[in-house]
Amino acid sequence: MAEIAVETRKLSLWYGTFQALFDVDFRVKKGMITSLIGPSGCGKSTLLRTINRVNERLGYVRTRGTVEVMGEDILGEHVELARLRKEVGMVFQRPNPLPLSVRDNVLFSHRLHRGDTSVTKADEEDLVEDALRQVLLWDDVKDRLDRKATRLSLEEQQKLCIARLLPVKPTVLLMDEPTSALDPKATKALEELIWGLRGAYTILIVTHNMAQARRASEECAFMLMGKMMEVGPTDGLFLAPRLPETADYIEGRYG
Amino acid sequence: MQTDLDARGFDWYMDRAVAVGVFVGGISAIVFIIGIFLFVTREGLSFVIGPMDLKEFFGSIAWRPTSIRNPTYGILALMAGTASVTGLAMLVAVPFSLGAAIYIAEFATGRTREALKVLVELLAAIPSVVWGFIGLSIMNPLIIDLFDVPIGLTVLNAGVILGLMAAPIMTTIAEDALKAVPDSYREAAEAMGATRWQVVFQVVLPAAKNGLMAAILLGVGRGFGETMAVLMASGHSINIPTSPFDSVRALTATIAAELGDTAVGSDHYGVLFTLGIFLFLVTFVINLTADLVVRGVREQ
Ligand SMILES: Nc1ncnc2c1ncn2[C@@H]1O[C@H](COP(=O)(O)OP(=O)(O)O)[C@@H](O)[C@H]1O
Ligand SMILES: [Mg+2]
Repeated sequence: MAEIAVETRKLSLWYGTFQALFDVDFRVKKGMITSLIGPSGCGKSTLLRTINRVNERLGYVRTRGTVEVMGEDILGEHVELARLRKEVGMVFQRPNPLPLSVRDNVLFSHRLHRGDTSVTKADEEDLVEDALRQVLLWDDVKDRLDRKATRLSLEEQQKLCIARLLPVKPTVLLMDEPTSALDPKATKALEELIWGLRGAYTILIVTHNMAQARRASEECAFMLMGKMMEVGPTDGLFLAPRLPETADYIEGRYG
Repeated sequence: MQTDLDARGFDWYMDRAVAVGVFVGGISAIVFIIGIFLFVTREGLSFVIGPMDLKEFFGSIAWRPTSIRNPTYGILALMAGTASVTGLAMLVAVPFSLGAAIYIAEFATGRTREALKVLVELLAAIPSVVWGFIGLSIMNPLIIDLFDVPIGLTVLNAGVILGLMAAPIMTTIAEDALKAVPDSYREAAEAMGATRWQVVFQVVLPAAKNGLMAAILLGVGRGFGETMAVLMASGHSINIPTSPFDSVRALTATIAAELGDTAVGSDHYGVLFTLGIFLFLVTFVINLTADLVVRGVREQ
């Protein structure tokens, strides 16, 4: 049995009075790429955003049930948000690098979390290079580290948004349709890079692109109207779905 | 049957009329500004090409335009008055207005936020003579009591009054600058584990810095051009201040106080208009800089 990185039990979520998740039971295996598919509005982003609690920025979100990351409850009151968000990084639909230099973007999270430990310039340079190499961006931007990150191409920006999570050594990377703002060529590049991160990180990726889920994930979960319908190895789920709803969806009958 | 495709009905004329009206309105604003500048220049010109001595004008502290035997027109002390009061005003207004703007834009929500915004706008609408009155009748005795000084109409008084006066408009502009920072930046930083304060200091303020600079510059412009409150609260005595407890006189206050007593076309009349030209140019440069600074944001 593979180790479990994220586990939700009977997770329900309300935006005000609107219920967006219904008793979601879901396990994400450690070190694997799991894709989350389902029609628009079924709650994929909501589920993803609960796992590092960015949802709570809204102020009117209520949850019931439990979410555990590496066996630790993360919804409790005593949970330190900063630590959780270091452990569980998030990549958004639209690339959102901060309006700082490329270097400062890569170091941003690290600077937040390193506390008082002394880090030399050389250490920082190493961190930057290592992170950018992991996302296959180093060669492209190594001469532009001091330029504003918002000037990069969208593809480079999205790679950077992944790179900036890595120096703090997260366990889980959440990605919410990370390629939907990109052209096909950039999408392919991103998929390759994400595929290369498997093993080192547990990756949960939302996609509404079925082909992408098939190509680029090992496990696949299908959601419908706020409920988790079916989870299993990607090949199995696409070749022999258990539920008729899953079959309908992957055959493109809705969504 | 006759089709009437090119009929010029009521709507057509209305449309034309409104277009012309808007055009005239827009043009007239420019015409008025140029007109005022030309008028002020014409009135001041006789002095500029006549008795004006640049070295004395900018270098001397002797402002004795009414002296019969030997009038001198040095504005150094007046500039020092304006600069000291405006400088102190900014020391007061910058922390107040940035703090308020940060609170309103980043922390306050719902009713509190709306209430604060209305309050700030109300504060901005207080007429300057009322502020001057507060300076005269509240701040003056307060300063005398508090610091045990003989007079309370000083740089300190005028600076604080002017700072409080400029703060609301600076708050409004600074808040706009903070609001213009896309929420995706805040979300990105928070998702990495930044606290609200870290988001404000490390992301929002740097991203909004040009807009905030513009807010401060417009505050400076406001302080520079303010007349009534400064006239009432500064003590109106010609002086290069060495401490906040000195009375000073500002450029604007000088014009306001003296223009009524001058004969049209006299040297004194001319020099006051020259002061006007000077103020006009300085304010123009400040506003232009603010404008360029804001534009800098968009081009990045
Ligand atoms: N901030 C919000 N406030 C209220 N309702 C929301 C909010 N975000 C999402 N929802 C609702 O929750 C449901 C799930 O949304 P979402 O998780 O974004 O779906 P997906 O990512 O699968 O397209 C939708 O019905 C959506 O309208
Ligand atoms: Mg979504």
